[in-house]
Amino acid sequence: MNFHPNDVQRRARVASGILFLTIVFLIGSFFRAQVLQHSQYALASEKNRLREVPIPAPRGQIYDRTGAIIAENIPAYTVSLLAPGEDSLRAALNRLTGTIQLTDEDVDKVVKRYRRSPNRPAVIFGDASFDLISVLEEHRVEFPGLIIQAAPKRYYPDGPAVAALVGYTGEITEEQLGSKAFSGYKSGQQVGKAGIEKQYESRLRGQEGVRFVEVDVRGRVVREAGARDDLNAEAAPPLYTNIDLDLQKFIVKLFGDSLQGAVVALEPKSGEVLALHSAPSFDPNRFIGGIQAAYWDSLRTDPRRPLYNKAIQGTYPPGSTWKLATAITALQDSLVKLEDHMPTPCTGGFQYGNRWFKCHKKEGHGSLTLAQAIEQSCDAYFYQLGLRLGITRLVAGGISIGSAERSGIDLPNESKPSFPTAPATEYYNRRYGVRGWSQATSMNLAIGQGENSQTVVNMARFYTALATDGEAAHPQVVRGTSEKERLFELDSTNMAGIRAALAGVVSRGTAAASRIEGLTLAGKTGTAQNAEDKTRDHAWFVGFAPADNPKIVVAVMIEFGGHGTRSAHIASKIIEHYLKATPKQLLSTEGF
Amino acid sequence: MKRRLVPDFTLLALALALSIFGLAMVYSAGQTDVLTRVTTLWHRQLLWVAIGLVAAFLASRASVRMLDWVTPPLYGVTCVVLLLLIFIGKGFGTGASTKSWLAIGGFRLGQPSEIAKIVVVLMLAKVLAARRDAPKSLLDLWQPALVVGVPWLLIMAQPDLGTGLVFIGIFFAMLFWSGCSWQLLMLAASPGISLVLAVNTTIWGAWFLLLITLVFWYRPYIAEGVFVVVANVAMGVVAPLVWEKLNPYQQRRLLVFLDPGSDPLRSGYHVIQSQVAIGSGGWLGKGFTMGTQKRLAFLPAQHTDFIFPVVGEELGFVGVTVALVLFLWLFLRCVRIAGRATDSFSSLVAFGLVSTWFVHVLVNVGMTLNLMPITGIPLPFFSYGGSFMLACWIAVGIEIRISGEGRGKADTLVI
Repeated sequence: MNFHPNDVQRRARVASGILFLTIVFLIGSFFRAQVLQHSQYALASEKNRLREVPIPAPRGQIYDRTGAIIAENIPAYTVSLLAPGEDSLRAALNRLTGTIQLTDEDVDKVVKRYRRSPNRPAVIFGDASFDLISVLEEHRVEFPGLIIQAAPKRYYPDGPAVAALVGYTGEITEEQLGSKAFSGYKSGQQVGKAGIEKQYESRLRGQEGVRFVEVDVRGRVVREAGARDDLNAEAAPPLYTNIDLDLQKFIVKLFGDSLQGAVVALEPKSGEVLALHSAPSFDPNRFIGGIQAAYWDSLRTDPRRPLYNKAIQGTYPPGSTWKLATAITALQDSLVKLEDHMPTPCTGGFQYGNRWFKCHKKEGHGSLTLAQAIEQSCDAYFYQLGLRLGITRLVAGGISIGSAERSGIDLPNESKPSFPTAPATEYYNRRYGVRGWSQATSMNLAIGQGENSQTVVNMARFYTALATDGEAAHPQVVRGTSEKERLFELDSTNMAGIRAALAGVVSRGTAAASRIEGLTLAGKTGTAQNAEDKTRDHAWFVGFAPADNPKIVVAVMIEFGGHGTRSAHIASKIIEHYLKATPKQLLSTEGF
Repeated sequence: MKRRLVPDFTLLALALALSIFGLAMVYSAGQTDVLTRVTTLWHRQLLWVAIGLVAAFLASRASVRMLDWVTPPLYGVTCVVLLLLIFIGKGFGTGASTKSWLAIGGFRLGQPSEIAKIVVVLMLAKVLAARRDAPKSLLDLWQPALVVGVPWLLIMAQPDLGTGLVFIGIFFAMLFWSGCSWQLLMLAASPGISLVLAVNTTIWGAWFLLLITLVFWYRPYIAEGVFVVVANVAMGVVAPLVWEKLNPYQQRRLLVFLDPGSDPLRSGYHVIQSQVAIGSGGWLGKGFTMGTQKRLAFLPAQHTDFIFPVVGEELGFVGVTVALVLFLWLFLRCVRIAGRATDSFSSLVAFGLVSTWFVHVLVNVGMTLNLMPITGIPLPFFSYGGSFMLACWIAVGIEIRISGEGRGKADTLVI
């Protein structure tokens, strides 16, 4: 080699320079990665190691008007699985089937949940039994991604008694997850599916918390806690309702196992819903954490339709209970006075043209005043009143008392009553053709038959107007003010007369058997023809008490109950229980 | 006459500091949440540092004359062992797919290729020192090329691409130190460069024009000039064939080097996780043994090839800088030793050894930030591995000896 010292020194300088620059270049590269791009890599590192395990928030408790619990939360457990990929999730689930029972359908469901949000643990059991938890805890080490999480579970202490009101919760569906209304929700979460739970979902839903667990490269949970501060779940504030749980339970007891139908009890001045029941009922507690297929099928195929809320969804011809609408409309238009007689007395019916229209009383009522006709529910009188009003005024009057609209109760899925639209002639022309209908239509409509079927809650609402001064609030389950609406305008003499007539129904008239000693009960029976089975009519009673200063309005509808007196009997018991029960201290919610 | 050797304490201290630093990192590499066999490997590494110190002492006792004398037989034995490895070599650990391990009856003796690096440096130094002048033509390079070429071929047959790369680095570094002009080095390297650049025709075309210019400027023998041009053309033609001959994993590594995101879950995974580990360390790191990338096994081979990301993750930019500055200091010290050596052989040996370390550091550290393709070269004094630690310390011993025999006081500023 060329070993002249000067050459060697020159080469040493070149070599040292190259070494120096190379190391400086490396240090520069590290500066770029570690200081300039630090946040980006720090995030990637956190994403590598941390998995979010949601901490479900307790839903808001639901109370009745006295502070009794309608819905609460009890401790339960969910079982879920953290997996780095779909394949490993399936593998883990397959291994799990060796320890616990899992069908192929269950596995598919879990995989679906995983696909929705792969970074969250996929829920296997929303409500795992204690036995299952103990089995899994025993084999914990074999399933490193398994997460057993304490989670509050919805519980309704009175179960079936409040099902029609409170509804139930369930896992959010795929469709809901895709919709805008549920934009903040994630798969596996619980949402209200019916009743108050659904209506007040946004108020009842708590704020989900997050627990961070540390996982290794294979997705195994290495550290359960302390990897990062947890975000605690926040419970939703309680929800106070107007329900009188004691009355509600009393009603349920009255219905027993055999009766089917619905009851709505309202406070007449405010529209507060005191009780609402649909029989037969179901146990909402069995819906929580996933309903068993057998129970679901039995509910679904039960001919008595327990899943159908007969108080707000079922529509029934209102029968004679609707005669009050006819009377009110005629009184309001000054076509009749309470003491007026109709030209033709009742002889067990009324001859109109070549047709004989029957009254329910074969012997006939004779000549009655309007007040007496209400008391006796005389069809012959109301046929003539219907003729006097004419179809246009009759339908307009019905619409103005709210017969064509929903009651506006704060519960989901209320059915709209079916009622002709105004102007009536156009409606009937459309329906039957220009010459396809006659004055008989007005006669039928006047006694609550024909193109008219009402929900129980809507009839109850109409009677709150009768019980007060013609104004009615929208029925309100949850505490809050409800806007009032004027349904009709009558002077106080007429109002008092109407109430007296309705009181007469119970003291002397069609519901005389349902008198309560020491209490003036007012109301109207109704017997609605059942379109499906002519021999089994629906029995109605809508009424209020005390007649002079109403405190409660009750609408009772018994499916296939026969004559309305049967419903009147139940209504009188409800009212008696409510008014004779010691006045209850209302729960103060000041400040909530 | 007995001359007392004054050891180069600075060099010794630097090598010791790096070894202790490395030992701490091997210990940390074992501190994972899911325990593996790595947990206790630092015991063995400590033992190897001790063995290395003894070996360094012995090496420093051997005079340069003696080294010179023993080099040819050592070289012969090394070549025979490397040849044997092709037949009896075993794969193990990170080199599972190569036959780099020498084992007798299941007992692993070590990786001879690590020691071979030192022997090749010695032999190359002997050949180059025997010449009065630096090689001036490609023809002059036949001897050095043969010295490096034989073990290189044997190692490539294992196949150990990384170590082969180190040999090429040693070859060019020592030719440079012997006084070869950069133009000649360029001509010698040109076929290799062609091979790499032939991946892209345009780039290769540009390179070819540059080469022609170089040939006319340097004016080698006509035969040589023709040879170089033909060799470049040939390489450009065979490059696709060579590419197909590479193992799929080697192809992927090269592709991933160009774009780590192209295969983020498989081959690119190592590089991405290494960068995440380093980048997430920040200024001061996550704390000794506290690196989450390492603890949770996101970082692969954290005790061998990817030990430097552990430094980056746990000790941050400060720790990285300390390590790299220690390396730089060690390198400059050794270059100074090479510059002050009294004879050309020892000067070449000193420079050859430091260039070996340098190639290791550059490729290994560069790889962790995707500045270099993944080739599986260990980091001197850091990566776990007995043979390599031993080889490093033998090299330290030789450097100390050369330093001691050098001109003037060891601490005289030369550069």
